[in-house]
Amino acid sequence: MTALALPEDLSSHPVAGGRTGAFSLETVSMTKVFGSLVALDDVSIKVGAGEFHALLGENGAGKSTLVKCIMGFYQPTRGQLLVDNREVLIKAPADAQAAGIGMVYQHFTLVPCLTAAENMVISRADAPAVIKWAKEKEELQAFMERMPFRVPLNTVAADLSAGEKQKLEILKQLYLNQRFLILDEPTSVLTPGEADEILGLLHDMARAGDITVLMITHKFREVNAFADRVTVLRRGKLAGSGSVNDLSTDDMSKMMIGEAQMREKAPRLARVEPKSTIEIAGLSVDDNEGMRAVDAVNLKIRGGEIVGIAGVSGNGQSELVEALAGQRSLAGGAVIVNGRRFDATRKDFADLKVFGLPEEPLKNAAVKRMSVSENIAFRSFDKAPMASIGWWLKPAAMRDNAVRLIDKYHVKTPSAETPIENLSGGNVQRTILARELSGDVNVLIVANPCFGLDFASVAEIRAQLIDQRNKGAAILLVSEDLDEILELSDRVAVMSGGQITYQAPIDETDRNTIGKYMAGH
Amino acid sequence: MAQAETSFATPPAYDTARIRASIEAVAIPLGALVASAIIFSVFLTLLGKSPLQFFELVWRGGFGSSFSLQNTLQRATPLILTGLAFAIPARIGLVMIGAEGALVIGGFAAAALAIPLVSAEAPVYLTMLLMVLIAMAAGGAWNAIAGWLKHSRGVNETISTLLLTYIAIAIMNFFVEGALRDPASQNKPSTMPIGKDYMVGNIPGTDVHWGLVFGLVLAVALQVLMSRTTFGFAARVTGGNPRAALAQGLPVGTLIVVCSAIAGACAGLAGYFEVAAIHGQANASLVAGYGFTGILVAFLARHNPLMIVPVAIMFGAIEASGGLIQRRMDMPDATALVLQGIIFVVLLASDSLYGRFAIFQPKISTERT
Ligand SMILES: Nc1ncnc2c1ncn2[C@@H]1O[C@H](COP(=O)(O)OP(=O)(O)OP(=O)(O)O)[C@@H](O)[C@H]1O
Ligand SMILES: [Mg+2]
Repeated sequence: MTALALPEDLSSHPVAGGRTGAFSLETVSMTKVFGSLVALDDVSIKVGAGEFHALLGENGAGKSTLVKCIMGFYQPTRGQLLVDNREVLIKAPADAQAAGIGMVYQHFTLVPCLTAAENMVISRADAPAVIKWAKEKEELQAFMERMPFRVPLNTVAADLSAGEKQKLEILKQLYLNQRFLILDEPTSVLTPGEADEILGLLHDMARAGDITVLMITHKFREVNAFADRVTVLRRGKLAGSGSVNDLSTDDMSKMMIGEAQMREKAPRLARVEPKSTIEIAGLSVDDNEGMRAVDAVNLKIRGGEIVGIAGVSGNGQSELVEALAGQRSLAGGAVIVNGRRFDATRKDFADLKVFGLPEEPLKNAAVKRMSVSENIAFRSFDKAPMASIGWWLKPAAMRDNAVRLIDKYHVKTPSAETPIENLSGGNVQRTILARELSGDVNVLIVANPCFGLDFASVAEIRAQLIDQRNKGAAILLVSEDLDEILELSDRVAVMSGGQITYQAPIDETDRNTIGKYMAGH
Repeated sequence: MAQAETSFATPPAYDTARIRASIEAVAIPLGALVASAIIFSVFLTLLGKSPLQFFELVWRGGFGSSFSLQNTLQRATPLILTGLAFAIPARIGLVMIGAEGALVIGGFAAAALAIPLVSAEAPVYLTMLLMVLIAMAAGGAWNAIAGWLKHSRGVNETISTLLLTYIAIAIMNFFVEGALRDPASQNKPSTMPIGKDYMVGNIPGTDVHWGLVFGLVLAVALQVLMSRTTFGFAARVTGGNPRAALAQGLPVGTLIVVCSAIAGACAGLAGYFEVAAIHGQANASLVAGYGFTGILVAFLARHNPLMIVPVAIMFGAIEASGGLIQRRMDMPDATALVLQGIIFVVLLASDSLYGRFAIFQPKISTERT
């Protein structure tokens, strides 16, 4: 407990409460029941002091539920929590904070219009009514000096990069002197480089005995590189745990999905009967500030072809996808599907059979408070058999369809009537997939489809995309994951500064060339 | 499909989470009402008045006799309509507080149209029909302006509806004090009276005018529209997540304008009944605050059209008992306003309680603090 000078310095801090060094945490027979669904069944895990512990499991296995029980967001139906071998009672997130347990979420919780410093100070449980900023800033500066990584304190959170934001989230917890950090899929918003940097630093702090880390992840690479021990959940039960050194990736994936068969990689047919084409003709789109984000982009995708758009995020990809999805108006140009202009009206979507899998489905493709059944009906609620004469809803038909698709796409949900926001992240994704891919698809616009999915679901989704390609659909795939692009695309394009700067068939290019163009050369 | 025709009933695997959520949706507003009553009681006690007597008088003045019950229902009528005028846009995610303005414009338009028709001795029912239509059209168009500005220009609909209300009142005053003024109206500038023959009568056997029936029918119709039709479904999707609605190609702009227009038409109809069943002419009495009380009604009813009816009746009772309370307890007219204000504030505060009670549900969502 020596390496970093943080313990004793922090203990003089108002919120530090004299806590020093890492501590262990244990759950005993943790059980959580939601209605008829047992999300967590008698799970006992032990995370030793100073350990970097990974929590694995397929989508809906109960990982988030477990950490939410630890954090006091949920009250467990049964079970205890031991901190440093003493039982503690956590009834609300504030209790967890007092006990020194902090959590970093997959999505940012920063206040965008406040600076990094302000974000940190207001997160304190004892933030004074009147804050003496000069003094606080000085203390923060001193605190930052002791930290292995920094962020600019006076920058507004909205202007920080994703990596910096995630660092700030972690610094916030350290500033609060939380010595047990729970990270729920912390790297899904980061580039691999940023992820490695942050996890490496946390790993070092844990090694030094300053903190304990419990990280939920779907990425074996991160587990092998940074974690000491792993625990695996399967369908709410403890499936196993052990030291990372003793377990191969294969062992871990077996623990996750049992002996279940993984979806085979779908074969890519050489000759495909094309169904339709999509042509992006001189498309220009402005961002929220009115700056040109997509600049006269031309791109044509044939039926039976996947065109992957690679690029560093923020180079116009999300604006392009939003424009194609009808979420953003065009500043110029047109989209042509099968020789007909596509204006993203409901009629166009239906007639031209254009579908989409946008990123962050809860934000872009679903209504949180509506049920799974209703969310599945978004495409078809106004057509027979779900509506008669185009006006009158038939809830029973809606439900039948939902039950069928829930079953077919293996969506794990307590019932078709559950609000979609209660589903695990991966199952929200599957619900949208079921809605968008269950019909006849001519054109598919896909953005980062595998964020936050377990490896089996990733394989499933990628196979579905190849399936659609083989059936003759024209597919546009925007992804920040170059491996995904290389695996799925027939043709690769690179987007940089709002323009397509490079295009090549997949077998005439390689990772390095693409990387060069991504970097803007 | 045979089964599809029959079963609107609760599905077999109905989730307890939903049932709990709907219990919560009733329990929290009820709790807010009780809390408001307690705060108001403290207020009364500080004034040296008896809270018990107050609530007893509200009960007696609101429901105690058939006279007071009818009085209550009469006053509830415009509140049902203005409550609907707030609730429908709320379903699509808009906070429109301009029912007062749409009511005034609707009532004024009806009174203005009546002047030539009445003087030409047009058929009674035709005149009534035309007056209803113009009141609804004027109110609807008035509020639709705000919806259109919202969609095409991104103008905040709360502010625009508030400003439109002031403009509506000014327009009415302009005409009522000028071109359309009845010379006989000395102290209170008004339009020509529409005359007894053209007034709306009472429901047979009661002292309550037909507006109540219109209000009830509209509440049921809008409930059906919002929960059983594709239009309502599209509106709910748009209200829940406009981005998702756009990505489904839903005509978000049209939906917004139509919902605004429906809301305005409800308020305009309330204006018609104020003119044609109560005052007999358009004048400053139309600006009675029904539009604003309607906001309160809609909030308490959680924007549920059917729930608006009982809530409006409760507020009708508070207003109906005003005179009795004034006389018996020697308290000013504004007392009821104080109570309404307290309810509103407590209600808004209680909005933050959803999802906080473990009994109602295993806390809803996840990745936010
Ligand atoms: N509030 C809730 N109400 C009802 N069911 C819920 C609720 N929260 C989670 N569940 C259910 O509990 C199960 C476990 O969900 P959880 O979010 O813990 O999964 P997860 O392991 O984090 O998955 P993912 O990797 O997809 O995020 C899921 O089937 C989910 O539908
Ligand atoms: Mg999760």
